[in-house]
Amino acid sequence: MSANQDGTNLLEVRSLTKIFGTLTACDHIDLDIARGEIHALLGENGAGKSTLVKMLFGSLEPNSGEIFWNGQAVRISNPGAAKKLGIGMVFQHFSLFEALTAAENIALSLDDGSPISSIAAKARALSFSYGLPLDPESLVGDLSVGERQRIEIIRCLLQTPQLIILDEPTSVLTPQEADKLFETLERLRSEGKSILYISHRLEEVKRICDRATVLRHGKVVGHCNPREETASSLARMMVGNEVQAVVRAPVEGIDKAPPLLEIRNLNRKPATPFSIPLKGINLNVRAGEVIGIAGVAGNGQGEFFESVSGEVLQQNAASVRIRGKDAGGLSITGRRLLGAAFVPEERLGHGAAPRMKLSENLLLSRHATDGKAFVGSGGMVKSGAIQAASQRIIEAMDVRKSAPDPEAAALSGGNLQKFIVGRELDRRPSVMVVNQPTWGVDAGAAAHIRQALIELSRSGSAVLVISQDLDELFEISDAIAVMHNGELSKPMPIAEATFEKVGLLMGGAEPGHAEHSLETA
Amino acid sequence: MDITVNILLTIATAATPLLIAAIGELVVERSGVLNLGVEGMMIMGAVGGFGATYLTGSPWIGLLAAIAMGAVFSLLFAVMTLSLATNQVATGLSLTLLGLGLSGMMGTSFVGQPGERLPNLYIPGLTEIPVVGRLLFGQDPIFYISIALTAAVMWFLFKTRTGLTLRSIGDSHTSAHALGIKVIRYRYLAVIFGGACAGLAGGHLSLVYTPQWVENMSAGRGWIALALVVFASWRPWRVLAGAYIFGAVWIGQLHAQAFGIPVPSQFLSSLPYLATVVVLVLISRNKRLTMMNTPASLGQPFVPDR
Repeated sequence: MSANQDGTNLLEVRSLTKIFGTLTACDHIDLDIARGEIHALLGENGAGKSTLVKMLFGSLEPNSGEIFWNGQAVRISNPGAAKKLGIGMVFQHFSLFEALTAAENIALSLDDGSPISSIAAKARALSFSYGLPLDPESLVGDLSVGERQRIEIIRCLLQTPQLIILDEPTSVLTPQEADKLFETLERLRSEGKSILYISHRLEEVKRICDRATVLRHGKVVGHCNPREETASSLARMMVGNEVQAVVRAPVEGIDKAPPLLEIRNLNRKPATPFSIPLKGINLNVRAGEVIGIAGVAGNGQGEFFESVSGEVLQQNAASVRIRGKDAGGLSITGRRLLGAAFVPEERLGHGAAPRMKLSENLLLSRHATDGKAFVGSGGMVKSGAIQAASQRIIEAMDVRKSAPDPEAAALSGGNLQKFIVGRELDRRPSVMVVNQPTWGVDAGAAAHIRQALIELSRSGSAVLVISQDLDELFEISDAIAVMHNGELSKPMPIAEATFEKVGLLMGGAEPGHAEHSLETA
Repeated sequence: MDITVNILLTIATAATPLLIAAIGELVVERSGVLNLGVEGMMIMGAVGGFGATYLTGSPWIGLLAAIAMGAVFSLLFAVMTLSLATNQVATGLSLTLLGLGLSGMMGTSFVGQPGERLPNLYIPGLTEIPVVGRLLFGQDPIFYISIALTAAVMWFLFKTRTGLTLRSIGDSHTSAHALGIKVIRYRYLAVIFGGACAGLAGGHLSLVYTPQWVENMSAGRGWIALALVVFASWRPWRVLAGAYIFGAVWIGQLHAQAFGIPVPSQFLSSLPYLATVVVLVLISRNKRLTMMNTPASLGQPFVPDR
């Protein structure tokens, strides 16, 4: 690298090793990061990426190995020490405080004694200059995942670090937001800062990264220049073999299929001052089709999912109908008993109870629908049957774990997501509603989940996917609707949909107007 | 007129130990630690305060001894739950049981001994003002400490950086750890502060309220303080309101019983509890505020993964 002026790298890692019980998460890792480069760290879930960066940020202590900062051997024993050296981090699993405001969250990671009001002003200015709008007074608990990530990024930038570690930063951003982020990263690079960039999105790694280090099963399997590689050659290095492309067979005569999930004039008042009201949403999802809902984070998708899944009940029972029956007044369990299955956005706390084992989490979501299989006479739990089902899901979805039946929180994000999606698919539900199915999931596993959703629909189920990942929606949907400010556009058949049309709707253009102007243009 | 002033003064005396113990526990719980040993720390403060006064003759030394006793006793809880990550509920309960037993044993020779009361404030000219003089300038020193303490804790929690850090630890100790905040150190200091407050509250019992030593003289006040913190949704001014409502209804029903009102005395005795719960539930109806103020990591042991 030309930016490497005095011959020493900013960061050098030699033979770094971390062992958890019997699992060697990082096995003699070597890594060099030069000044002013964007260095990609690639690898599947469980390859050891998160463990490695946690050691660099001082959240974990390595069992052996050395870290050199500006050529000096250093021991990073806690995050404070990392910050002092000039290492900043944007976490994948957010390290935010829900009961505090955005400004208070930012203040907590800054060590200077400046008052919170001035931090709020600084954060607001910085967030607008980088195109990541942020209201410092808002309560984190009320914000969407995408908005929370903005806080993380702004918080990191305010510390003016030399090395910025970004763990899956674009997974919750719109294409436009991601472009803004790339501009930011390029600006930081031109200022001489180094960036360690973890992502599963190989196209963006090719676009912005100067070098890449690829991990597989805790070992470095290669270094490369991503610009000279193709997305599939990078994926092959990560996975060790070819990633299967998602196949979506077209469906015929879908108009005649019965709608299994009907949303009729669904309205919802905002639950908190920061949440979005839902305004007259209508949607039919028919047997055999996948409908995708696109939208910028925080436009009512979370509220919509809660209403459909039964986390929040509707006053008008006919506003949500599952398999022809009014379900608006039914609880989650009631809706499951009608044949629906739900995968919420947050894995820990919503999709799974973090401190409970996988088998226990399986029982929690399926005790009602699979009562006969899992619960015996007198309410006794049949642990053998549950273990067997849990094992079946783990094998079907290729869930990687460090213990036979670990706690949900012990799994990496992608592996837990595979388990949660697998748990619902295993039931063969006739209606499946998924919010952000592959957020933070690596390429191989994402393809697996997407293919499984398509196959479920083709076997006669109705599948509704809410996602901020447009590539994903275009890959799996038969029609795409866009949610903006609590309103849902009419689903656009995939043959007519383009990135541009969907992007305009996401930005808030009038549904009819947008299509019109494009057609005449 | 005089009787009204006297009643108001007794209400303040009844509310003060509850307020101090609850404010201390509020800080502990805001850091995410649930210390159910308030009753035990309080009674240790009471016996320590009385004992030191008895031995030295100075209730001021007794006051300091009460605070020190509570703090040292809470240190036991801190070592167990924070360094050894034991279950906080079980450890807190055993702290209460230990405190009640240990104080009874330490106090055997103090039973029936005359005590020394902390003198009330007296400012010539001001204290003699009719009505307000005695209320504002003629109470015991711990009363003034309790009011100052409430204001100070409010300011600390919501206006200082350290207070913000403490609240953030209570919200999510894993996030706080990820930011490099020294979770265990903060919690140690919070627990010791809570212990010192509980000790001071106990000292109020044996140095002001009834200046003598009686076994089990805390009589469940530690538990009331604990309940106040929860019902006040972890907000200092509500703790103050709750403590005074409790004190007022408590004194009121004592007078009602003395008057011979034809209502079963058991019902009257339960009134303070009932009234406090009803009022505090009514003022914490705002779910959003309650969500913001509830320490989400309360009671969970924290073991940093290394």
